[in-house]
Amino acid sequence: MSHPVSQSAEQVKDHMTLFRQPEYKELFERKKVEFEYGHSDEKVAEIAEWTKTKEYQEKNFAREAITINPTKACQPIGAMYAAQGFAETLPFVHGSQGCVAYYRTHLTRHFKEPNSAVSSSMTEDAAVFGGLNNMIDGLANAYALYKPKMIAVLTTCMAEVIGDDLGGFIVNAKKKESVPDDFPVPYAHTPAFVGSHIVGYDNMMKGILSNFWDKAEDFSVEKTEAINLIPGFDGFAVGNNRELKRIFGLFGVKATILSDVSDNFDTPADGEYRMYDGGTTIEETKAALHAKATISMQEYNTPQTLQFIKEKGQEVAKFNYPMGVAATDEFLVKLSELTGKPVPAELKLERGRLVDAFADSHTHLHGKRFAIYGDPDFCIGMARFLMEIGAEPVHILSTSGSKKWEKQVQKVLDGSPFGASAKVYGGKDLWHLRSLMFTDPVDYLIGNSYGKYLERDTKTPLIRLTYPIFDRHHHHRYPTWGYQGALNVLVRIMDRILEDADNKTNSVGQTDYSFDLIR
Amino acid sequence: MSLSTNQDVDVKDLVEKVLEAYPEKSRKRRAKHINVLEAEAKDCGVKSNIKSIPGVMTIRGCAYAGSKGVVWGPIKDMIHISHGPVGCGYYSWSGRRNYYIGDTGVDSWGTMHFTSDFQEKDIVFGGDKKLRKAIDEINELFPLVNGLSIQSECPIGLIGDDIEAVARDKAAEIGKPIIPVRCEGFRGVSQSLGHHIANDTIRDWIFEKTEPKAGFESTPYDVTVIGDYNIGGDAWSSRILLEEMGLRVIAQWSGDGTLAELENTPKAKVNLIHCYRSMNYIARHMEEKFGIPWMEYNFFGPSQIADSLRKIAALFDDKIKENAEKVIAKYQPLVDAVIAKYRTRLEGKKVMIYVGGLRPRHVVDAYHDLGMEVVGTGYEFAHNDDYQRTPHYVKEGTLIYDDVTAFELEKFVEAIRPDLVASGIKEKYVFQKMGLPFRQMHSWDYSGPYHGYDGFAIFARDMDMAINNPVWGLVTKSPF
Repeated sequence: MSHPVSQSAEQVKDHMTLFRQPEYKELFERKKVEFEYGHSDEKVAEIAEWTKTKEYQEKNFAREAITINPTKACQPIGAMYAAQGFAETLPFVHGSQGCVAYYRTHLTRHFKEPNSAVSSSMTEDAAVFGGLNNMIDGLANAYALYKPKMIAVLTTCMAEVIGDDLGGFIVNAKKKESVPDDFPVPYAHTPAFVGSHIVGYDNMMKGILSNFWDKAEDFSVEKTEAINLIPGFDGFAVGNNRELKRIFGLFGVKATILSDVSDNFDTPADGEYRMYDGGTTIEETKAALHAKATISMQEYNTPQTLQFIKEKGQEVAKFNYPMGVAATDEFLVKLSELTGKPVPAELKLERGRLVDAFADSHTHLHGKRFAIYGDPDFCIGMARFLMEIGAEPVHILSTSGSKKWEKQVQKVLDGSPFGASAKVYGGKDLWHLRSLMFTDPVDYLIGNSYGKYLERDTKTPLIRLTYPIFDRHHHHRYPTWGYQGALNVLVRIMDRILEDADNKTNSVGQTDYSFDLIR
Repeated sequence: MSLSTNQDVDVKDLVEKVLEAYPEKSRKRRAKHINVLEAEAKDCGVKSNIKSIPGVMTIRGCAYAGSKGVVWGPIKDMIHISHGPVGCGYYSWSGRRNYYIGDTGVDSWGTMHFTSDFQEKDIVFGGDKKLRKAIDEINELFPLVNGLSIQSECPIGLIGDDIEAVARDKAAEIGKPIIPVRCEGFRGVSQSLGHHIANDTIRDWIFEKTEPKAGFESTPYDVTVIGDYNIGGDAWSSRILLEEMGLRVIAQWSGDGTLAELENTPKAKVNLIHCYRSMNYIARHMEEKFGIPWMEYNFFGPSQIADSLRKIAALFDDKIKENAEKVIAKYQPLVDAVIAKYRTRLEGKKVMIYVGGLRPRHVVDAYHDLGMEVVGTGYEFAHNDDYQRTPHYVKEGTLIYDDVTAFELEKFVEAIRPDLVASGIKEKYVFQKMGLPFRQMHSWDYSGPYHGYDGFAIFARDMDMAINNPVWGLVTKSPF
């Protein structure tokens, strides 16, 4: 049992190497054999193999009650995200306080940025008597301490189950002078047991717009030439929203991004902590009522919002996380159509450069099989992108995906011979995908950080292209939209494919004839 | 080093000024949670374990986080169902770095997320039926699972589901323990009640209903490690020292732990408690019920480690006492080398700490071992007994803040300008933007282990890299 000390001050070993030293290997073995009372190695190996079979897949797909490793969060985090794209806006989450700690943590781990939101910290007594007092005190405290220009109220499932009435509570709180009477406090009920984070986004977006638009006095004002754009819940928003603004600039159009988190979630380290930065201002939000049209970049993030905007007399257009040449073309043509301005020559050049890049790389992409998972809009955008570069989406899965979504994806797949081997799975989770990846293997997996467990189990290289990305840094700063964004997506995919090729050919004297210098 | 700290800052005045921002009612309430430590104080002079004030941005979590995230989640050979809507389990999925050895998805499930994913109809008609079915499905798909726990989310307690009845029925049916935990997030004021509730369920649903494993042979040297969640491998770098001094660690609670280890715990001669806050309840219960003594120890930094090893050894025979001295001597060259390398780089650097259960006091001497000074500390969810255990670690003049708000912490740090802030992920980037070195002291900032002698070397390296990285010099040095 006695080993010399492996740790050293010169070469400090942390968990990556410390536990591979003999003293720890023996410790693990002793613990396992003497104290854990686990199953035999043979039994574990047998079951491990069984989980890879078709038989297991059938049982797995017969699940009705337990969800395992889903690709969705709950409504409030989406609502909070939507609110945080408005200037100097503090989300106020009415209900239990632990939820807010979770949302802030989750968003912070992805963006590597501070994330500010408050809770009304309801406990047992509020469960019995309702949370009105928590709202009254909470709004007063939040307003005094954090000096927001707007407080956006949303709910946890606790407040929803006991039936707290946000509209009434806010009126009451204003009567008690928690905040000034004219201080904007939009709200959205965001029950966690309905839909997912994308529904929460929709609810809060509609809540904020209706707060300003329903009260607007100048209904008769004529529509302007401006347009609005709603990005939706997007882990790449920092890069994407800035790319959109660059495109607007090239077009010379006046456009308002409704909920723009790009500055709030990317503040500089210059000695000053900015609790709020950038975002859509209240004035811009009010003026957005009179825009000519509103574009949603993610249809499934905005169904109610778009309906609401339509009722206000605007033209609306919706996309499904547009990525790649054709989807960007459609977006730019729509922008041109809505604004009456031609697509700028600069963008046409960018398009050509992107197509050139596709052509340069196509030999490594053609016929490669991919599994994709994520939010409904992302899956559509990603599938189109893959088919455009000659790759084949095989499994497309979204826990937030509905039957309607499945049909929509199928239609997209039917439009290309590269979609012929694809199947669409709405309402399924990553444990379902694990079965699929064993019984019908693919070359690559596209998803988020949670996919690393699938990568480990099935040895399928993972490309992280959607929220949340916890274990890689800074990708959210680069766009995935526009021709420039598509180039980034291509590079990410190509890097992974070529690294994979190197890893599979680097055995000296065995396989390294294919360890090519030029690929 | 002097006997007091913060001599160059009027801390009392600072506290008053910061509190001025609050509406009066909240100012009065918050004032009771903040204090400047007085000489020879018996406790920290702050109120604790009281409801957070609405709207102030508390850093606390909830009872579910305390039960699922802390106590139960790390038990690796059980499946822990996040029972209710999808979010709680999603946000806490793989968030805590409770390392374990096992074949995930086959005989261990620590980095997976199981949820009953409540829909509106489950709220309206109740979720018991769905829960029964979920248990069946789990047992079929994961036949090697040794037990299950039901981690209640907020709606469960509000809609009147009877998860205890489900647990009893299904446990009998599948022949495995099923533990119903009433850790709804609205219960209590923080994670802390979740720890307590989780401890109580181990008492009621493990100790009362199961037996130690047949064939388990006791020795006079059997101990347990309780309240070590194996963050980055902490429990392993602790266990190795106990084994080296001749003790047998029969159970780890709960990092890298198993159901069998929980069941066998009443066979221990002594329960060794690291995180007192989250697991003192079960230790006290075992003392009363089984007559097992318990002892709080501290494996952060060489001073406390040596002290703890000797105190633990004192509960055993001379052989163990001699072994403890041998272990301390064995690691002394490592300790000397670590201190020789890092102390000159860290001497006199000031730290402000704000974390959870035990660390606001337990890590203080590890900083002292490196010549650093703690100028402020506070707990997210401590009780009075934690604040009573704190004064002998810190000096007169130390700023103490209980359940600090984001606003207060920012203002305190801005005024005191420590050389390092040691807190959590929600705080990290706030201070880095301000140009202040920061280490996450919940997750060890993805490093670790920090426990034990092996961990101390990593701790020293990490504090050095935080404080002496050149990036901080770039923050305010823009030439234009």
